[in-house]
Amino acid sequence: MKRILAGLGAIAMFAMPSAYAQQSVKVGVVMSYSGQFADTGTQIGNGIKLYMKEHGDTVAGKKIELIPRDNGGIAPDVAKRLSQEVIVRDGADILAGFDLTPNALAAADVSAQAKKFMVNMNAATSVITTKSPYMVRTSFTVWQLNESLGTWAYKSGLRKVYTLVSDFGPGHDGEAAFQKGFKDAGGEIVGSARYPVANQDFAPFLQRAKDANPDGIYIWVPGGTQPAAIGKAIAERGIDPTKTKILGQGELTFEDSLKGMGDAGLGIITAFHYDYNHQSAKNKAFVTAYNAEFKRNPDMFSVGGYDGMHAIYEALKKTNGNADGEALINAVKGMKWESPRGPMSIDPETRDVVQTVYIRRVEKVGGALVNVEFDKVENVKDPWKARMPK
Amino acid sequence: MAVMSSAVTNPHQFLQAQNRWHWIEVAFWLATLLPFVLTPSYLSLASQIAITALFALSLDLILGYAGIVSLGHAAFFGFGAYTAGLISKWGWGEPLSGLLIAAFSAAVLGYLMSFIIARFRHLTLIMMTLGLGLLLFEVANKASWLTGGADGLQGVHMWPLLGMFRFDLYGYTAYTYALIVLFLLFLLSRRLTNSPFGLALRGIRENLTRMRAIGATSRSHIRTVYTISAAIAGVAGGLLTQTTETVSLGVVDFQRSADVLVILVLGGAGRLYGGLIGAIIFMVARDQFSGINPQYWYFPIGVLLIAVVMFLPNGILGGLARLVASWRSRSQ
Repeated sequence: MKRILAGLGAIAMFAMPSAYAQQSVKVGVVMSYSGQFADTGTQIGNGIKLYMKEHGDTVAGKKIELIPRDNGGIAPDVAKRLSQEVIVRDGADILAGFDLTPNALAAADVSAQAKKFMVNMNAATSVITTKSPYMVRTSFTVWQLNESLGTWAYKSGLRKVYTLVSDFGPGHDGEAAFQKGFKDAGGEIVGSARYPVANQDFAPFLQRAKDANPDGIYIWVPGGTQPAAIGKAIAERGIDPTKTKILGQGELTFEDSLKGMGDAGLGIITAFHYDYNHQSAKNKAFVTAYNAEFKRNPDMFSVGGYDGMHAIYEALKKTNGNADGEALINAVKGMKWESPRGPMSIDPETRDVVQTVYIRRVEKVGGALVNVEFDKVENVKDPWKARMPK
Repeated sequence: MAVMSSAVTNPHQFLQAQNRWHWIEVAFWLATLLPFVLTPSYLSLASQIAITALFALSLDLILGYAGIVSLGHAAFFGFGAYTAGLISKWGWGEPLSGLLIAAFSAAVLGYLMSFIIARFRHLTLIMMTLGLGLLLFEVANKASWLTGGADGLQGVHMWPLLGMFRFDLYGYTAYTYALIVLFLLFLLSRRLTNSPFGLALRGIRENLTRMRAIGATSRSHIRTVYTISAAIAGVAGGLLTQTTETVSLGVVDFQRSADVLVILVLGGAGRLYGGLIGAIIFMVARDQFSGINPQYWYFPIGVLLIAVVMFLPNGILGGLARLVASWRSRSQ
């Protein structure tokens, strides 16, 4: 017992906060580095690392010090405790990371209470940014993408759409957002279904969708192995994506998803804010540097982390190194910049991300399946918050 | 039990001896006050350790004492957590009464379940409790109008404890509150297990058939202890909700049931301090390892668990008891 305690004591020594903290700004990065969502955390972390490598670790005379903490999945109690701890124990000035909605919501309380600047680099539920006046988001919102897609779908000539979504919070949001955009434009929802979260057999759902005889089928899927299963079922049920349009949020045609789907994925149309195939000089340089550093392509998580760091660096430059929550959030309001994803800005009222939503189609380029942008909706604000009573 | 040495002649003497406070126990509880002085910046971690310890204690009552294996104990933890959260959301943020209601509702669920539990043993029981846990998880996930589903319950706000102590950022109130509740329920459990009822439970654990043969009731005992255990788990869940002001699906998921089982095995099942020691070691190790390496901290935890299971099959406390026993026999 004594030896164990001594061992623990020795470990605890390493965790003691360093005292020479005057000339540094500490950023507590709370997200899932382990568990089911580990890859999300890894990619956000890669984005952060690349930004710091490119721009140096000193800004406005202050050294940026990261304090990474593992949330380990959906655990708001842990997220809240870790956020508290990095502030009271390690003396963090800024909270960053946050891959999942419940975790971001819980940490928002801490940010509001401690008056600390918080950068939400991924969690995509609209309501999150309203929970702390010191929070900014650099990812996207589900409403932003899907309501735009709904409106676009009607404009592109679709009149009757069937919706199929994963039966949990974000899926419900996607369903509501797409239906709102599509119906407000004048379209008709001919049917809708929700599939169980862990579902792997999509044939019966797609058969039912096909029987409703729609012009298009909207599918919301949270990534993972399901897109491949969907691709298979689409081919099996004899649905031709060039005639009955398959629509969805970008996760449906992630790089990995497309590998699993094969040619069944050809012609699927998705709305998203970032893809490594986005054609711009800025993105080309970003992807090249990312490939060299991490031997893989960046994705939406990477760009969320990258732009999150950009917001932190630029805000610190404006405040001349002052890491006070009030000063930083004021500095970031209305900030505009060119990101690898294209032009983006921070809404001065809601502190949420304003960006271009790209409409992409899966095509074969040089033998590989990629998302090719063929249309876009510029300067999209989060529509959910725009409708909220002020 | 190994510690039930040959010196004990009759059950009354045994129980009396067990009820006496050993100086190590007193020292242990005094040591729980140390975080206030030594590591005041670790108080919110300390409060979550106390809550986990309470949860492990509740599992110990059924698994360690009555031999009821459960892989779904988070069902009661989560039920208490959601109850406490909902009461607060609906406008009653008083912590103590909220905790009582959480305990009561979890006890009711536990009582209803106990009728099924008391009929089965071993593997069947694992499947039953696992099923119950998964079922409750799905219910919480589906009923998003009530529970907030995957986004978690929003709008939980607690009033100051006793109208005086706000739940602060440093966790002073949270740890004090959790520690007092843990201590009180520990006293209750200690009294319970060191009573004839506790002895009957051990009999059930060791040999159910023989208990029936000597005319002892078993099912009603199982129902009673299961209900008590559910209530304590509900209190632990309620405490987590109240001290963090958040509730999510994480409180009912399988991971939580599995973690608490691991904690109990680590510390030593069948000893009241097993869950407490297990919780301290597991949570502190997790906190420190994940601070050093947020990506691969599960590896040292895994090594720790394998080492404990290989070298100390009765947990850390079991190993210590064996050490003490061998030391005593040598010095005699």
